[in-house]
Amino acid sequence: MKDIFTMVIKRLGLGLMTIIVISILIFVGVDALPGDVAQAILGQSATPETVAAFRKELKLDLPPHIRYFAWLNSIAKGDLGNSLANGRPIKDLIGWRFANTLFLASSAAVIAIPLAIILGLLAALYRDTLFDKAISTTTLSAISFPEFFVAYILIALLSVKLVVFPSISNINDQMPFWHKIDAIVLPSLTLTFIVTAHMMRQTRAAVINVLASSYVEMARLKGLKRMRVIVVHAFPNALSPVINVVALNLAYLVVGVVIVEVVFVYPGLGQLLVDSVAKRDIPVVQASGLVFAAVYISLNLLADILSILSNPRLLHPKSK
Amino acid sequence: MVFFKLLRHSPLSARIGLAMVLLNVFAALLAPVIAPYGETEIVGDVWLPSSLDHLLGTDHLGRDMFTRLTYGARNTIVIAFATTLLSFIIGALIGFFAAVIGGWIELAVSRIVDILMAFPTLIFALMALSVVGTSVVALILVIAVLDSTRVFRLSRAVAMDINVMEFVEAARLRGEGIFWVMRKEILPNAMPPLVAEFGLRFCFVFLFIAALSFLGLGIQPPTADWGGMVRENAGAITFGIFTPLWPAGAIAFLTVGVNLIVDWFLKITSGLKD
Repeated sequence: MKDIFTMVIKRLGLGLMTIIVISILIFVGVDALPGDVAQAILGQSATPETVAAFRKELKLDLPPHIRYFAWLNSIAKGDLGNSLANGRPIKDLIGWRFANTLFLASSAAVIAIPLAIILGLLAALYRDTLFDKAISTTTLSAISFPEFFVAYILIALLSVKLVVFPSISNINDQMPFWHKIDAIVLPSLTLTFIVTAHMMRQTRAAVINVLASSYVEMARLKGLKRMRVIVVHAFPNALSPVINVVALNLAYLVVGVVIVEVVFVYPGLGQLLVDSVAKRDIPVVQASGLVFAAVYISLNLLADILSILSNPRLLHPKSK
Repeated sequence: MVFFKLLRHSPLSARIGLAMVLLNVFAALLAPVIAPYGETEIVGDVWLPSSLDHLLGTDHLGRDMFTRLTYGARNTIVIAFATTLLSFIIGALIGFFAAVIGGWIELAVSRIVDILMAFPTLIFALMALSVVGTSVVALILVIAVLDSTRVFRLSRAVAMDINVMEFVEAARLRGEGIFWVMRKEILPNAMPPLVAEFGLRFCFVFLFIAALSFLGLGIQPPTADWGGMVRENAGAITFGIFTPLWPAGAIAFLTVGVNLIVDWFLKITSGLKD
């Protein structure tokens, strides 16, 4: 128990470190930006005096390390600053969009995770049969497709040919839950398709790896029933890699959402990020990048911790 | 010659993959010869359906879609290839160097790479491009540097295994320098896994650039490029015109082809185990 506790603390520390380093990278990257934020806001016509006064107001005249800690401090307090483009607080821009992004991502995850695990298991159990080959070819194509190709095929089929679902997923808070679900069917399907393909391939590989191990062969040679070999001998050992696969793909899902959001004009964080990059609205880019990074790192961390918890051997790595 | 011998025993999927890739290379090399019109020439009305004059119809400005597609092959593939190549030069060089020299330098570089890899590539690229602006050179540099972290991981791991072999030790005892060892001993032995990885990285980079262009942050118009062409013609789909599916399909076509070859190559080099 104590070992597990120290391990979790260690990993959390490592994750926190990573986020801090990333925040420094983000800060330095923006600091290295050619041009001056104050000048950019005030426009070319501003006199040098106004710019200097405004710089002071924005605290741009302070040395970088002090500004960095001030920035970090205000983020910790929940104040993300204001957008350059429209002067609104970034917190208000990000909050509800981030909730939308999580809504879309989790809707895809709810379908994709069980589907991918079941298909992956079946493909591994019946490997080299026609079923396995068909699935492998389909998933190989699916992971080679750009997200927007899948998205536009779905739009062409389900929104234009058969008018079943809307091709634009413009949801808002006033909509009843079922309307929201109806609106996100297509983006959610797109994500599900691609994530399932990735997850299924990795699940298949992980399970095959376990099935090829000597203890499973031993169990089979003892004459155990196929079901018992799988449930008692193979499954507990495959659990750790499969959990890892799921968590890693969730991380991928949160990022992959960016393109899908743009295709379907879905009001999420990814759409905001892309728009802000085009407008060079740096504070918004910084903040949404940081949010994405935090989610991504936490999910990867979760993958790490869960796979160690489900496989006690990883707790005591053999010395090299 | 070894290649042709292998090809004769290759599975059908690998041959299909090879044909798909060759078709693209062919289009990329001979674009000006194949294409019936100029790259940015406006030849007719907007979003015309396909006809004998315009095999795949016309795009949102009335340019010939087939022409744009062949020129797009050239621009998209060349830029993706250059990026992957650069990423391999950076990644393999630093990876080999770290593995051969060892010590605190290796540790420091590995930690930096770990941190860079903990950050989603797409988000990183978007942030970097928002700072440096969108140009082809910036695009190639940003993606090559981000992607080289993956190459670094592989080449360091491979090089570390080779580095402990007797022949490397022998070369060291002869008094050969670090770069000689990297070039003459490590590189030739590390080639097979690196080649397979090159195929995979190319697919990734190719899709990545297509995605960025689709978001309007990659290759800029009027240069024909598949990702950008999907973006430009996206509006057509709601009118029941399937023009944007052509460039999107072309992207999928090439990546499927490369993946089929890589799959086969991985099977050969891993000794046919599954």
